[in-house]
Amino acid sequence: MRKSEDLQSCRYEVSQSEDGSMTLHIQGRMDASSAGRMIEGVKSLLKDRLPSSLTVDLEKVTYLDDFGALVLVELKYLMTGAKDKLYLTNASDKVKDVLSILNFDTIGERVSAPKKRSPNIFTRLGEGVFRQASDLTFTFAFIGSVCLSLLYVCLHPKSLRTNDTFLNMEKMGVDALPIVGLISFLLGLIMAFMSSVQLRQFGANIYVASLVSLAMVRELGPIMTAIIVAGRSGSAFAAEIGTMKISEEVDALFTMGFDPTRFLVVPRIVASVIVVPFLTLFSDLFAIVGGLVVGVSMLDLTANAYVAQTIKTLTLFDVFWGFLKSGVFAVLITMVGCLRGFQVKGGAAGVGRATTSAVVSSIFLIILSDSIFAIILRYWG
Amino acid sequence: MIKRKSVIQVKDLVAKYGDDIILDRISFDVYEGEIFAVLGGSGSGKSTLLKHLIGLLQPYSGQVIIDGDDIANCDEKKFQAILRKIGVLYQSAALFGSMTLAENIAMPIFEYTDLPKISVDNLVKMKLDLVHLDGYENHLPSEISGGMKKRAGLARAMALNPKILFFDEPSAGLDPVTSAELDNLIVNLNRNLKTTMIIITHELQSIFAVAHRVILLHRSNRGIIAEGDPQYLRDHSKNLFVKQFFNRLAGDNTVD
Repeated sequence: MRKSEDLQSCRYEVSQSEDGSMTLHIQGRMDASSAGRMIEGVKSLLKDRLPSSLTVDLEKVTYLDDFGALVLVELKYLMTGAKDKLYLTNASDKVKDVLSILNFDTIGERVSAPKKRSPNIFTRLGEGVFRQASDLTFTFAFIGSVCLSLLYVCLHPKSLRTNDTFLNMEKMGVDALPIVGLISFLLGLIMAFMSSVQLRQFGANIYVASLVSLAMVRELGPIMTAIIVAGRSGSAFAAEIGTMKISEEVDALFTMGFDPTRFLVVPRIVASVIVVPFLTLFSDLFAIVGGLVVGVSMLDLTANAYVAQTIKTLTLFDVFWGFLKSGVFAVLITMVGCLRGFQVKGGAAGVGRATTSAVVSSIFLIILSDSIFAIILRYWG
Repeated sequence: MIKRKSVIQVKDLVAKYGDDIILDRISFDVYEGEIFAVLGGSGSGKSTLLKHLIGLLQPYSGQVIIDGDDIANCDEKKFQAILRKIGVLYQSAALFGSMTLAENIAMPIFEYTDLPKISVDNLVKMKLDLVHLDGYENHLPSEISGGMKKRAGLARAMALNPKILFFDEPSAGLDPVTSAELDNLIVNLNRNLKTTMIIITHELQSIFAVAHRVILLHRSNRGIIAEGDPQYLRDHSKNLFVKQFFNRLAGDNTVD
């Protein structure tokens, strides 16, 4: 054991002659463990004064790999400034072999690959515009193909993959129910609590029920549910389809004669349109229960009065409006998730980007379309 | 014959997935500096064996001794030290997609040596040159072909000049020319750097071209049914499956 440790250490001695030439005697193993130290050593050695020529005596080198060769390469680079170059002497056959497969003689002359220059701002802008344009084209093509597939499925209902649809309904709806219920319940609790602080000053405690139910059924229920679905299912769609895309599963579907859109997107859209509005209903319900808890426990309201006030406030139209909105949100979330999945290029990083983008775009579109709904209601209702 | 030093010793290795026994008490040695091939049909446990050899899976029982240390029963520090001695070329090269080839290769070098940045750049260039990929430093893995990916993966596996290199199906998915080039590269590196190489494969031509010694795994006994020089096994083995395997004949069960 001791012997091998001795071998592992690598040392060098320097001798200098009258005419300014220098000789470096290296001994031991020239490998990864010694390379860093050696390079620093010779650099500081040659920094002060460059000899007119440098001879490296490799007679006592027991082992040399490419880390060791790297030391010699560094010496070679350092000596390019000098008049005379670098000489290697007494190299054993083994060392010569290694140096020859590394093409040591030509190593300085080879041009390294040009670093990819980061292009100037105009080029980047142009590239960005083209990329956006092609993304947009792809988006329109995708929307078109989804519409056609949906139409096809409407005309041929049997072509809908029912098993897949039910599976997606379960994953998007049933599995999301606990978290949607919990968040909505807490949201109702918070809303009731916050509004009660103000309304109590006017003795208008009973209107807490109106506030919670109306805000929830009209706006917050659909939005909260949609955001949760975007985070749970939209991201899952993007990741799943994206991974299928890079592992060529989408191509396989295509060559087997399945339309990828009809196979992958339509079941998800159908499932989400059915399930998300119901999730929204549950969300409304749980929020109202949350409000009820605050109303009964803190505001001296009876459960009966609270429920009666809630029913008095809500119209059937409100409920349907929320229902409609969440249906639209569901389509948006699913389409964006699947679209981002199909847009994946490259590898694992691409899937990550697509997933992020799916959630961010979905949430943006949810808020945007909710504003549009608000405007429509303002001028219509 | 001189007794050669073994770098890998597998002793009574039992591998299980759940209740399924994949490998049943297999033992073999790999000697220093040789090219050793692990062969077998699909489902014979080749990949399972590889995963045990490189420490990705824990054996159910038995030992895998790499360069004197048991990889299955050692502390974390020792395990890391063993990992430094091995390099693996995965079947799909497993290059990191978000990094250029140079960054892929430089990563372990930066982590485990104290070389300055400029030296690492030079070293990476030398490594790429060794696998005939000079000039591709700044390409992303997605921008090069399958054969080039394999070679880049090999350069990364060799980044720290490991004592032992593992190849998981090196010729899978490569055309004959590229695959022959890769074989030449393996033989060359073995000869010049004295690296011990373990190749998991079922590519016959490549076996005869590179392997010094082989073991052949078979599902029937969940273990080794033949061991030795591939040419000798092809010409002299009495075992029917060994004959079929090395002469590329259809098995009886495909006839009926």
